[in-house]
Amino acid sequence: MPDHICIRVDGVEHRVGAGTSVAAALWNAGVRAFRVSPSGAPRAPACGMGTCFECRVTIDGRPDTLSCQTPCREGMEVRTAHEA
Amino acid sequence: MTLDCDVVVVGAGIVGAACALRLAERGEAVVVVDRASPAGGATAAGMGHIVVMDGSEAQLDLTVSSRALWREHVGSMPDAVEYDPCGTLWIATDEEELATAEVKREVLRARGVEADLLTAAAVAEAEPGLCGGLAGGLRVPGDAVVYQPGATRWLLQRAVQAGAQLRPPVAVERVGDGRVALRDGTTLRARHVVVAAGGQTAALLETRALDDAIRPRKGHLAITSRAPGTCRHQLVELGYGRSAHGHAAESVAFNLQPRRTGQVLVGSSRQYGATDASVEPGVLGRMLRRAVALMPALAHLLIVRTWAGFRPATSDGLPLVGPLPHDPTVVLAAGHEGLGITTSMGTAALVEAIIHGAPSSVALAPFAPARAMAGGVGA
Repeated sequence: MPDHICIRVDGVEHRVGAGTSVAAALWNAGVRAFRVSPSGAPRAPACGMGTCFECRVTIDGRPDTLSCQTPCREGMEVRTAHEA
Repeated sequence: MTLDCDVVVVGAGIVGAACALRLAERGEAVVVVDRASPAGGATAAGMGHIVVMDGSEAQLDLTVSSRALWREHVGSMPDAVEYDPCGTLWIATDEEELATAEVKREVLRARGVEADLLTAAAVAEAEPGLCGGLAGGLRVPGDAVVYQPGATRWLLQRAVQAGAQLRPPVAVERVGDGRVALRDGTTLRARHVVVAAGGQTAALLETRALDDAIRPRKGHLAITSRAPGTCRHQLVELGYGRSAHGHAAESVAFNLQPRRTGQVLVGSSRQYGATDASVEPGVLGRMLRRAVALMPALAHLLIVRTWAGFRPATSDGLPLVGPLPHDPTVVLAAGHEGLGITTSMGTAALVEAIIHGAPSSVALAPFAPARAMAGGVGA
């Protein structure tokens, strides 16, 4: 298993450690608006354990995916509120 | 004896809020007390129905008049109320339920409530996410949904603008003889006390004769992620009546409401005998399976929240609205189960009529608390 893998976040390539969750990768990449609330407020992970549902992003075209419960995979395409 | 105010309203749920507003607008000096923040009890435990229900003549009277009162505010309610005139679409899964729909249409039309029978094809066109093989439906276009915490805050704000006082949260210990004893040691004196405390109502009274009159009935709810257009009407299966008005220990029924955000509020379940509000996977699972069976499109959505709460149920499905026979200073307005959002408005009108001895367009007798008292009137 390689030490690092590459994912794309809103079209930009990022190198992350193998085994990193998508939520951690996004946070380390400086993403603070994972999604936006109905009133337009930015939302980011609060719990990190799949309970708060605030970390939802689109992963490989699938909307509303919990980024804290999804490990990064090579070539993964992640879309955040930045592109919403 | 000096009175602190004309009326104390115990309970800042939607029923208490509607009563406070109506009485304050009538010129009464009103004080509202609640042990917690507004809309935190039964109000938050249900869905946001503004719906005509025909479980009994009295229920029909109260829901028709209440819906008309809600509709007077269309256009003046703030966005936070999220009033959505989506109408109700009652779903008939078989010919027997379609026959029920036809009867319901006649009952509603006799009261001047618009209701249209839909063929299976028309149901599919109105709600493309529903499953195939349905028998038809009944659309009641004048029904609506609201976000009930927002609606409660709106009613309370207007009550305060009309002169009512909303006290900071404080527990109420005892109500009777024109007095409300608070846990902080103070006692409020008033000409009337309106007790709109849902399932806590009986415990606040000096009489024990109503202790079994309002039973906590647990209900589960779930809400999806945003997917606008999934659900366009409030959707209810016609079998809902059997669940809502039957007294089985546990039942689930198909009931969806669209939210303005594009989310879908998913109900419903009913249970007697539960003692805590924790989510039960078995009941929740049965409720969600029923929802997905009738609307397969839901299976593709994420459930972002689940919760459960208690609705205050009476044995005849009607709220207790009226004075205590032995203490007419105390006027009850409780036991609305899942219909309190709709019937808050009509209940407030009944309470106003009772307190002022004014005529009421809705007959008072079916709601009188005396009917539910153990040992008969005055026990």
